[in-house]
Amino acid sequence: MSDGEQAAAAKASPLFHARGLTKTYRMGDVDVHALQGVDLDLYPGEFVVIFGPSGSGKSTLLNILGGLDAPTSGAVQFREHRLVGASERELTQYRREHVGFVFQFYNLIPSLTACENVELVTEIAQNPMPADEALRNVGLGERLGHFPAQLSGGEQQRVAIARAIAKRPDVLLCDEPTGALDAETGRVVLEALTSVNAALGTTTVVITHNVSIAQIADRVLRLRSGRIVEETRNAVKKTPREVEW
Amino acid sequence: MVRIHPLHRKLWRDVWHYRGQLAAIVAVVTCGIALFVAMRSMNGYLRDSRDRYYAQYRFADVFAQVRRAPARVAREVSTLPGVAAVDDRIVFDVVADVPGLAEPAVAHLVSIRVPRAPALNDVHLTAGRWPAADRNDEVVASRAFAGANGLRPGDSVGAVMNGRWQRLRIVGVGVSPEFVYEIGGTSIFPDNRRYGVLWVGREALETAFDLQGAFNDLAVRVAPGASKTQVLLDVDRAIERYGGIGAYGREDQLSDQFLEGEIDETQVTSTILPGIFLAVTAFLLNLVLSRLVGTQRDQIATLKAFGYSNAAIGIHYFELALVPLLAGVVLGSALGLVLAGQLAAVYARFFQFPWVEFVPDWSIVAAAAAIGVAAGVAGSVSSVARSVSLPPAAAMQAEAPARFRHGLFERFTFLSKPSPQRRIIGRNLERWPARTLFSIVGLALAGGLVITVQSMFDAVNYMKTLQFYGSDRADVTVLFRDARRASALPALERLPGVIDAEGFRVAPVRLRAGGRSERTVMYGLAPDVELRRVVDMHGKVDPIPPDGCLLSATIARKLGVGRGDRVSVELLDGARPTREVVVAATTEEALGSAAYMSLDALRAMERGDRVYSGAFLRTDGRLTDHLYLALKRLPAVSGVSVREVALRSFDETIAESFGISLAITLIFACVIAFGIVYNSARVALSERGRELASLRVLGFTRREVTWMLLGEQGILLALSIPLAFLTAYGLGVLISVAFESDLYRIPMVVNPASYLFGAGIVTLAAALSGLIVSRRIDGLDLVAVLKTRE
Repeated sequence: MSDGEQAAAAKASPLFHARGLTKTYRMGDVDVHALQGVDLDLYPGEFVVIFGPSGSGKSTLLNILGGLDAPTSGAVQFREHRLVGASERELTQYRREHVGFVFQFYNLIPSLTACENVELVTEIAQNPMPADEALRNVGLGERLGHFPAQLSGGEQQRVAIARAIAKRPDVLLCDEPTGALDAETGRVVLEALTSVNAALGTTTVVITHNVSIAQIADRVLRLRSGRIVEETRNAVKKTPREVEW
Repeated sequence: MVRIHPLHRKLWRDVWHYRGQLAAIVAVVTCGIALFVAMRSMNGYLRDSRDRYYAQYRFADVFAQVRRAPARVAREVSTLPGVAAVDDRIVFDVVADVPGLAEPAVAHLVSIRVPRAPALNDVHLTAGRWPAADRNDEVVASRAFAGANGLRPGDSVGAVMNGRWQRLRIVGVGVSPEFVYEIGGTSIFPDNRRYGVLWVGREALETAFDLQGAFNDLAVRVAPGASKTQVLLDVDRAIERYGGIGAYGREDQLSDQFLEGEIDETQVTSTILPGIFLAVTAFLLNLVLSRLVGTQRDQIATLKAFGYSNAAIGIHYFELALVPLLAGVVLGSALGLVLAGQLAAVYARFFQFPWVEFVPDWSIVAAAAAIGVAAGVAGSVSSVARSVSLPPAAAMQAEAPARFRHGLFERFTFLSKPSPQRRIIGRNLERWPARTLFSIVGLALAGGLVITVQSMFDAVNYMKTLQFYGSDRADVTVLFRDARRASALPALERLPGVIDAEGFRVAPVRLRAGGRSERTVMYGLAPDVELRRVVDMHGKVDPIPPDGCLLSATIARKLGVGRGDRVSVELLDGARPTREVVVAATTEEALGSAAYMSLDALRAMERGDRVYSGAFLRTDGRLTDHLYLALKRLPAVSGVSVREVALRSFDETIAESFGISLAITLIFACVIAFGIVYNSARVALSERGRELASLRVLGFTRREVTWMLLGEQGILLALSIPLAFLTAYGLGVLISVAFESDLYRIPMVVNPASYLFGAGIVTLAAALSGLIVSRRIDGLDLVAVLKTRE
């Protein structure tokens, strides 16, 4: 995104608008404060990296944005939809129509081929791209008919990305997408994510504990103990190829 | 304080964690063991009761009837080699008038020694006393007859004895090994209200039937080690000239035949049914344990890393298998013994033993435990072996993703491209073909069992239709005490309410062909007979041939003859003429077996003028009470059977005897269906919980995800249903072959409604378990899925 575009995005109405998010878990006799008053706006087309150590609350934040978890207090709005207080059915519908998920451990269906894993999502989406196109987007045009057991970890993760983007989601939520991969494979996966972000303009949120990955983002949020302790904008984004870790 | 080993703590926590699935296994084991214990106990109960009863009350080995023989013939028979004891008796069937019973009953009169002396087929008094020496009207009534009619010592029944109406006073109630199953005529179910045994003092019967110093029935005990065949031949020869109708052994004695049949049946059912349950148990244990070992790979590795031996780990998983097994064995044994007690009470109504108490046989329980545990070990051995053989390092890593391939079924879905959901279902089914096959077979067994039990009703109803609407169409059948002249028919037609009478002849015969011989009865029927037709198992009416004879197929098979062959027919009645007769046709009858000839042909053979043994009557229903009254007093009549009453008693007996077994089998079949579907679905859920949760995260609704899992079970169920039909058909054929006897053959009849019923019951059980599993899907933790590796 160019500076001009960033400025435009900042002025545009946010895709996500979260205020005063707290989340408290009860673990035995102890209350764990996973989020302690998080305010957050995410804008269309942004590539945001949320990073922080284990237990900083980044996954909790992602889960709340994805409609998988509800905050203890606070409000989250996706466009005009209020996510807090939405019914189970509404949240399913929200995930189905607007959110693409990428998991650390890919979570592919082992009994379906790469293409069929993508089709699984295009079946239930309103305006999906063809499955083979989604796979070509992540450089897997030649592996359509392979089962997960026949693919490497990086390939499996790229299938997962293709599966997530195939429905043309408004937001791509990626939970440690490179966590289970070596550096080289991780780079390939990040390239897939940045190219999708650039080509389709999909708002992308990546959570990671790997600070190096922050260099490819438009905006970086650092979480610690359930609070956003730092927000930076990268004046110059690196490409995944340039990232060292 | 007792210290519990950590592995045992783990064991009990695992048991608690898998309680649902283990409970389903416990249920299946319980059913299998309960059936085994109940059926084996009944088998043992009947066998022991019979042996004890027969020995204690000296049940005879050989029986013979004569027209009239002087007492010295009995003494001669007692000196024959191989004969241990002889009782000569007087036995007659008479028409009886029982208080409170409109229709005439038939009393089977049997002479006893007064004052009491040891005898063969001795009577065990259950109430009252033995008749007094100076009272000719005192009798002992059989317990079944007295019980069914509410008769007690002090009550009376009327009977026409040799033409004279006489009042018989019941002074005692008893049972005898000769009448453990107390039936008369061609019925296969007892009708204790209308047929019963009365034991009467010898002198009273001698006087009533003019048989002073003579007898008409012999009971013979064969000496241990002696040849019964030789005794049969010798007795036959000794009584031949006194109108002997052929001596026969226990195996042809009606009561023993039925008792033996029941013992055989419990032997078969106590093997087949529990076998099915225990096979299902083994399969379920295998299913659950193999999954358990899969999910506990890391724990196994940790234990090994800490130095636990393979043996300790193997034993740990065996112990886990033993928990549901032992629970099932204990519950099943208890349930089996309770069921056995109930069944013993039911049997006590059909089979008259002096004692009714059921004593548990603990050796059967021990055998059940051994068999149950063996089935469990067989089911768990491969999973345990897998747990033991996992190298620690490999076990630490996650199980590699299952290898899938394009399935066979996809090649058949030519109509449209299958959706990913359908592909998931199809490939999962094909990924574990043995498991899929076993699930289908198990469900098919459950459905097949239900259909088979239902079809027993169909068969019985079919037999009822054949018997009472196809064959025996006479409203009333009258048996004469002796064969009568043709003029007896017009006399019967003059009775009130009689519209039409058709006479018939029936006589015991011995058929011989090519060195084989068979004792049966010969019916002489008019070729145009309307009220008693010969109808085969398929409902086809076989006409009475003008020449030659029509043979029941069972007899033809035993004699090794077919259509066109010749058999020698010896009438065991009157002058005992023997003739060569051509087999004109054979017929597959459902009930009984007999030979048939035209009345004229039989008369020509006998060369006598006494042609009728009885008559079939068509009557006017409005006048039946008058007819019954008249028949009760007719001296020439020794037996009367009323179709409507027989039908009613048939229905009552069926309801009583089949009701319990149907209920039990239905419940048990449901348990199998439930056990299989629930466990398969639970295992599928535990294997694919992560996959399903991922799908939920991707935006699939609960319903869609539930269908993906339960659709698989639905397909298994759908595939199992045609197989259940086949299973039911196979079991039906097995039953009709295994239970075929001279007395009856169970036709292979299954109504479409029974197929539907069986499919419905299994579907219901599957739906119920599906419902339970779907509630688990609703509770899937979506957040955990994102973070955990399988």
